[in-house]
Amino acid sequence: MKFPPSFILPFTIGLLFISCFLVIIVGIWISELSKIDKSRIVHNIFTRKSLLAIRETFSESLLHRKIFRKNPVLGYMHMSLAFGWFLLIVVGHIEAYIHYQSFSVPAYKAIFMRYFITQQSITLSGKILAASMDLLLLFVLSGVVLAYYKRMNSRMFGMKKTTQLKTGDRIALTALWLIFPLRFLAESVSAGVHHNGSIISQPTGHLLSSFLPIQSVEMPLWWAYSGALGLFFFALPVSRYMHIPVEVVMIFLRNYGIKVQKRIDGYSRIQIYSCSRCGICLDSCQMTHAAIKDTQSVYALKHIRNRKITDEKLFNCMLCGRCQPDCPVGLELNSLRMTQRIESTKEYNSSYEYLKNGKVNVSPQTEVIYFAGCMTHLTPAIIKSMKEIFAVADVKYWFMDEDKTACCGRPLMQIGQYNAAQKLIDHNREQILASGVKKLVVSCPICYKVFKEDYALPGITVQHHSEYLLNLITDRRLPINKMPLRIVYHDPCELGRGSGIYLQPRLLLDEYVELIPIQNEKASAYCCGGSLANIKIKMNERTQIRDKALEEYCNYEPDILATACPLCKKTFAKSRILPVHDIAEIVCMSITKSAEISSKTDSEILCKNVAIK
Amino acid sequence: MKHIVVIGGGIAGMETACALTDAGHWVTVIEKEEQVGGKLNKWSYLFPDFTPADKILDALLEKHSEKDFSILSQTEVLSVNRQNNKFNIETSGKQKLEADAVVVATGYELFDASRKEEYGYKIYDHVITSADLEKLLLPDGDLSVAAGQNPKRIAFVHCVGSRDEKSGNHYCSKVCCITGVKQAIELKKRLPEAEIYCFYMDLRMYGKNFEELYREAQEKYDIQFIRGRLSEASEKIDKSLLIKSEDTLSGRPLKMNVDLLVLLVGMEAGKGTAKAAAACSIGCEESGFLRTSDPFLMSNFSEQEGIFLAGSCTAPMSVNDTILHARSAAQEVNNWLKKNN
Repeated sequence: MKFPPSFILPFTIGLLFISCFLVIIVGIWISELSKIDKSRIVHNIFTRKSLLAIRETFSESLLHRKIFRKNPVLGYMHMSLAFGWFLLIVVGHIEAYIHYQSFSVPAYKAIFMRYFITQQSITLSGKILAASMDLLLLFVLSGVVLAYYKRMNSRMFGMKKTTQLKTGDRIALTALWLIFPLRFLAESVSAGVHHNGSIISQPTGHLLSSFLPIQSVEMPLWWAYSGALGLFFFALPVSRYMHIPVEVVMIFLRNYGIKVQKRIDGYSRIQIYSCSRCGICLDSCQMTHAAIKDTQSVYALKHIRNRKITDEKLFNCMLCGRCQPDCPVGLELNSLRMTQRIESTKEYNSSYEYLKNGKVNVSPQTEVIYFAGCMTHLTPAIIKSMKEIFAVADVKYWFMDEDKTACCGRPLMQIGQYNAAQKLIDHNREQILASGVKKLVVSCPICYKVFKEDYALPGITVQHHSEYLLNLITDRRLPINKMPLRIVYHDPCELGRGSGIYLQPRLLLDEYVELIPIQNEKASAYCCGGSLANIKIKMNERTQIRDKALEEYCNYEPDILATACPLCKKTFAKSRILPVHDIAEIVCMSITKSAEISSKTDSEILCKNVAIK
Repeated sequence: MKHIVVIGGGIAGMETACALTDAGHWVTVIEKEEQVGGKLNKWSYLFPDFTPADKILDALLEKHSEKDFSILSQTEVLSVNRQNNKFNIETSGKQKLEADAVVVATGYELFDASRKEEYGYKIYDHVITSADLEKLLLPDGDLSVAAGQNPKRIAFVHCVGSRDEKSGNHYCSKVCCITGVKQAIELKKRLPEAEIYCFYMDLRMYGKNFEELYREAQEKYDIQFIRGRLSEASEKIDKSLLIKSEDTLSGRPLKMNVDLLVLLVGMEAGKGTAKAAAACSIGCEESGFLRTSDPFLMSNFSEQEGIFLAGSCTAPMSVNDTILHARSAAQEVNNWLKKNN
């Protein structure tokens, strides 16, 4: 038997190394999953979900549809590299199977096929395959050229910023950039030597032979190509390109219903390794408005992965989630950061012994539990409006946190004090269940999210007041008097992106005022800058973030800036640029002052609104 | 004869104008309100000795009435332009004035307490500001809360809109501490049965007889001072107020029911000062108050040659400090005019 040429060694050893490495590490991660998650895999692996995962892998990992939607050039770059490379491997193997008339062709023979084939292919199918391989390589090379260009000028790709690289990334990136030009050169030179090749490699080989001693450069070029491949495989585990194999695993697990938990487990590691560090999240992050440029999701995940995360970076984030809809990999960026916060935080002395579960005395006719929330207690105009609305709609309610109640627990959870939060949750939960009331209405989206997600409240409907007020209208329990006011609605992060409530506040406002659609709304809505989740940011930086958001809102010249969160209201109201009101206040304004308002002109109304507070 | 334009007809502007007239200059005061005297019109009694404010105001205005200078009331300055060695001033009344020097005496504005929504000003019936209370302290002022009943328990909140990063005002307004002590004593005199509490961060009794008054408030009038900031207030059905705070000396959270809540509002540079700064192209500090060339020796000089500053447009100031600052402004203007001609 003839020994294969020695240049295949770097590639073969690299391939062997990376295959073993991936099998071991993914095995470890999967073994770290919780029992429930493991059983999810077992139950779902032979179902439609696997097919869905394959489809998603195809459309996202190879075609990069999400990136296409953001910017076609950027999408093309990713697609040509990923999908092009994938096809090169697949078509190359098919070509090899046909050529050698066997399925047991070693990988190197398929990858370096042009070296081993010294004759011109004579069959039509052989010619077509060879030509398509040439075209595919050209397709990938076009992506590489774009990638070179993007490093130098990211704006062309619709991105303001691109990520900073570390050593492992640099090695892998250089290797990746070299692989395809070297392959092209090696194949062309071989085509020149053997006078074969296809539509592109043949003329290129011919051209190269006119001025290069191609006989003597052939071997070094194949060595270089194989070396670049080997280098890439060895650099892969320490580079961001780990996302290529890990993302596929992640897509399957996600389709099986696995989610990031409140502790670091195999799945959260898989998610962390699935980050491609494309840097698309940098553009949507508002921290850059305050010139904070090193705490964004891409960097947080990188530091978590390298175990170099500092509190300074981990906690300097609003958890507004604005980066999440833009993530082409669909990572749970907020949950990952929360999990790491829980991991990095020491539990403080949170005995809460003074919290006593007194008797809950609620009359059986009570329809609703009203929980205003601590922030709403700092914006009493909202509470006052809710009380008036309850009176008008004749709702019998129990004001749960009128006097003294524990916090809902969400702010503690956001800063990583999970156990402390859990104690408050248990305390409140007991009271809610003891009341026997079946509906809980909350005025603060921060509370709303934790009630919805972390309180187990069987049989109890939890509603934000925007949902509840809309229900009151559909039940015809509230009068409607449309006011001639132009309103911009600011989506609170915890209500919008956090809980998916975009529609109800808009429907509600539509009944009472004229709602102006704006550019950055719903999933891409701004954060007000007041978030409790950030314990590192300075007040002046919050102001910069807030003012940038207000700048857009002011462009629409609204009479009122409406929101549905007491914290957003407080944050925006401080600027004094626009009158800011909660939707409950606007509803209350209409049902109590409607007659007076309708006879006034716009400017008078504006003054009046400020006074109504 | 030199012509000097004074922007602002409060006590600083009027006192400067008066002193400059005495020195033999021709002075025009531009006042945006109908009446001169500024914020002093809104005050009833002055610390630390309860002098009626109108007594001081009358005395100042009487002095002014003897002098011959013109007052353009209900007028605002639109622009101030330097041409050669003169200032061309355009007003909202379409007058064009030419001046040799300008004195900015635009004063301050009170902090709008409704910006601290958690205290419920303009939301709850019985939350008032120190300025509101001042009117009620006049002999005919009605202090009663619901159903003609006098308040039994009253709380004062210090530093509302001062020394407060969240409202954007980092500075101390200087006069509210002693105003709170003064008003607490006056209330106690009017309502001897009432319990009075003051919630403070520090008490800054910087002036003559201030500390003595503070001691008297505690010893003679039994006013309780609690170190702690109010976190929130909520209204009960009977319109009384439940306030939450922390007693930081005993380290305990505290809740209290009161019938009347008084917010000791701080001073802000205000729109008038901002407009004057823009018109005169002179700088403001981060606080919004006007920047002086030197805090020690040139506290009446702006960054622009020939434009001078007087009174509380440069920093929060009491009435007596304002009068002194105005007089020194007049002297600086006079010296400058002599030196430059």
